[in-house]
Amino acid sequence: MKSNFSKRKYVIISIFLVIGLVYIARLFYIQVYEDKYILSAQNNVVRKQVIYPSRGLIYDRKGYVLVANDVVYDLLIIPNQLKSIDTTRFCELLSITKEQFQEFYTKARQYSPYKASLFMGQLPKEEFAYLQEVLYEFPGFFVQKRTLRRYPFSVAALNLGDVGEVNRSDLQRNSYYALGDYIGKNGLEKYYEDELRGKKGAEYILVDVFNREKGSYKDGHFDTLAIQGKNLYTGLDLELQAYGEKLMHNKIGSIVAIEPASGEILSLVSSPTFNPAMLVGRSRGENFNLLVNDSLKPLYNRALMATYPPGSTFKLINALVGLQENAINPKTQFSCNGPETLPIRCSHNHDTPLSLVYGIQESCNPYFWEAFRSILSNSKYKNTHEAYDGWFKIVKSFGLGEKFNTDLMYESSGNLPTSNYYDEVYRGRWNSMTVRSLSIGQGELLTTPIQLANMVAILANRGFYYPPHLVRAIDEPENLTQSALTKNQVLVDSIHFEKIIEGMERVTQMYGTAWRASLDSIAVCGKTGTVQNPHGKDHSVFIAFAPKENPKIAIAVVVENAGDYGGTWAAPIASLMMENYFYGEIKRKKKEKRILESDLILH
Amino acid sequence: MRGRKSIFHNIDWWLVVIYLLLVSLGLFSIYSAVYNPEHPSLFDSSQLYGSQFIWIITALILALAILMIDMKFFTSFSYLIYGASMLLLIVVLIFGQEVAGSKSWINFGNFSLQPSEFAKVATNLALARYLSRLNINLKKPKNVIIAGLLLVIPLGLVLLQNDTGSAIVYIAFILVLYREGFSGNFLLLGFITAILFVFTLMVGKYIVLGIIIALTIVIFLLAQKARKNLFVLFIMFAITTAFIFSVDYAFENVLQPHQKIRIEVLLGKKSDFHGAGYNVNQSLIAIGSGGFSGKGFLKGTQTKYKFVPEQSTDFIFCTIGEERGFIGSSLVVILFMIFLIRLLIVAERQRSTFSRIYGYGVASIVFFHMAVNIGMTIGLAPVIGIPLPFISYGGSSLWAFTILLFIFIKMDSYRLELL
Repeated sequence: MKSNFSKRKYVIISIFLVIGLVYIARLFYIQVYEDKYILSAQNNVVRKQVIYPSRGLIYDRKGYVLVANDVVYDLLIIPNQLKSIDTTRFCELLSITKEQFQEFYTKARQYSPYKASLFMGQLPKEEFAYLQEVLYEFPGFFVQKRTLRRYPFSVAALNLGDVGEVNRSDLQRNSYYALGDYIGKNGLEKYYEDELRGKKGAEYILVDVFNREKGSYKDGHFDTLAIQGKNLYTGLDLELQAYGEKLMHNKIGSIVAIEPASGEILSLVSSPTFNPAMLVGRSRGENFNLLVNDSLKPLYNRALMATYPPGSTFKLINALVGLQENAINPKTQFSCNGPETLPIRCSHNHDTPLSLVYGIQESCNPYFWEAFRSILSNSKYKNTHEAYDGWFKIVKSFGLGEKFNTDLMYESSGNLPTSNYYDEVYRGRWNSMTVRSLSIGQGELLTTPIQLANMVAILANRGFYYPPHLVRAIDEPENLTQSALTKNQVLVDSIHFEKIIEGMERVTQMYGTAWRASLDSIAVCGKTGTVQNPHGKDHSVFIAFAPKENPKIAIAVVVENAGDYGGTWAAPIASLMMENYFYGEIKRKKKEKRILESDLILH
Repeated sequence: MRGRKSIFHNIDWWLVVIYLLLVSLGLFSIYSAVYNPEHPSLFDSSQLYGSQFIWIITALILALAILMIDMKFFTSFSYLIYGASMLLLIVVLIFGQEVAGSKSWINFGNFSLQPSEFAKVATNLALARYLSRLNINLKKPKNVIIAGLLLVIPLGLVLLQNDTGSAIVYIAFILVLYREGFSGNFLLLGFITAILFVFTLMVGKYIVLGIIIALTIVIFLLAQKARKNLFVLFIMFAITTAFIFSVDYAFENVLQPHQKIRIEVLLGKKSDFHGAGYNVNQSLIAIGSGGFSGKGFLKGTQTKYKFVPEQSTDFIFCTIGEERGFIGSSLVVILFMIFLIRLLIVAERQRSTFSRIYGYGVASIVFFHMAVNIGMTIGLAPVIGIPLPFISYGGSSLWAFTILLFIFIKMDSYRLELL
């Protein structure tokens, strides 16, 4: 009876065989045909540990470190490896809320579930030491050593710039960066990002699912060393920079000091400024908002970005053009009727008629109007238009109306109006009278403090300049940058400079417009300027270089809303800067006190 | 009797050799899976592989002991063994130790045993004993009910221990019942039910319902016979529809959350790579990364670095897949196939019905374990925690399978002497 069913054994054998064959087919599919599992396996086991190079240091010209590094620890997460952990305890350890935990986790997971990304950055050493003890309880998390910027001196915040986490567009632009990486955000940090950052290294470590390290992968065959960032050697003078910032305290404006022979920037002060350490560490975001919302705009680099009419300081350039174009000569005299002079009156009380040197000393408006008119009505040219083009070409060679394109971030180009511009505005009908404001550095003409400083450096050099730059050398102090090597010649012959300089020297002597700028034993050549400010009190401008022979420093000072001509505020500031630079100390304490205690900010 | 013969007389060497092969393969796989360089000795009893070695040695002693016992012991005492075993399952429920949510372990000083593993042997003996009665006919409801009870009792007790995996194994006995005359329709019905269940969960009940309606109409139009049995057709349609609608309910209310997730992951409805899906995903990665010829002994990274969970027990096949590749893992499947078919051949050559039924029981249990265990590691079956016979780490499982097999080998060695 039962043997009736013996054929059923074939059914059962068939069931066995079908399952066996299906399984073998499936094994063939996942092991031989499909290769995604091999890739997944590699991701699983080998953890790429990034080794961050320390960022290059930034030095001043005397070897002081302006920007150094601090070691901090970043907490990283591999979301896929996160097992059930005691979230409450973990949050307590890091003193964060559960909502923050969720937010950080979601952010990391969106970036990649299996790649490591930043969970929480910049844990200080003490916090790290404690966390490290218990981190094994939290699989999926690990700690990475990073360096953070440290500023031994609170100076030059805007010039040095700052470092922050890469944003989305950084990530898209450059595949070098990964989420949580740092990148230069401003100033030198941004301009020299490629040099400063060095090159990340990688270490491949075998880990198990609990993130426990099991040794190096293939004996470190694929590991790469981190390459340290290159150091920057700037031309900045720490003491001068710090002193400039101190002098400009409670004032709005800029100081730019340049070494004329090299174009190296000795100090670049934009006031008000801030402590660069504010933009480091975990309070960076908060502080950044404070600075952005500050009504005095401390993040606005006035020395590079603010544009002002150069005012009377520009008379020097007009004089040089006049001499070069033979429109005037040092002996040419023009008369001045004081306040009654047309079309531009003179507010100074001086002898008349006057020649070039005296005209500069007294900053006589009528003299320079006449000189400018002579340039534009030069018989050398067919008409005013062409004469203007001649003037334009020479003025432009002084670096005005365009950017230097060195390592200065966010420069303004200022404005040097072209003849075409006037053609358009006046429909082709214009002459020297129309553009007479240019004769005394007003009107459409706009310059930045750095352009003014470069202008006076050209005067100091008697006709050439190296574009102003912050960094003189990269990696090695002898490894000069391109800007340091590019010499520019202006279109005025050097012989023409002597008379101008003579006038500038007289400016700072007794009875000159800037007697406050004089130094005991060193001949200072300067020129004041008052910049009419339609929005409020006039700006005070002063440019100078010293010594007269073989100049070591060229300086431009702009004090906004000082309400007076350059001699009152800008000139003494320049003078104190030069005293500091030449002697390393200030003997004229009374003069210094007057500046330090003045508050020229309109409240 | 007929004078003393060697205990190895007439034993089936095919089964013994494959058994030894699988057991040693298991030992080496466990060694590789949990390899600890500080304790490189295979026999270091402080490590899992060391203790598995001890389990193997004791299992072999057990095997020898079984070969020495008179076969009549098992036939005569099968109900008693069954009763004792069921008692033990109840004892576990009361005094047992809870491990990972299942209360299925009983402690004996230093080591612990899992009575549910041994209950399979006892159930197999009792079922064989009952079905081998002369007037048994599995078309008779009474016989089916008694045979079913023999199975449902251990199934229920193990289920009470919260060890679903070990409980489900008793379904395997359907093959035995089928071989002994139980209607094949039930096998087919089970198969169709399973397909309907999976299909409903995958594509939704309304689509399945639509297909059923279409199918019914097609049958009605095409099959002349169906028109005559309109009532039967309608009943079938109604039952199917009811089933489809109950699937959702059963899924939501009857299954436990982790079971639901496991099924959802298997059906590709959820890709939860942390929970249930994590295990399957890691398991697939481990096996898949083995490639054609594997990474080599002790070279597996996925399993060695603990990406795969329970790698020495339920997921031991991952180590084989990763280190031995397609060649090794398919060889294991083939080895099991040879073993199972050999079991059936040996079962069919029994003159004693008892022995034959018992043999089918052995084959069914081993097959079910193997199919579910390997199936789960390669993503073809839901994650059900049952060991791979002879290979997975664990004393209870190894002892139980050894006893299960060697009782049959002993029976077989008597095949020419009885009757």
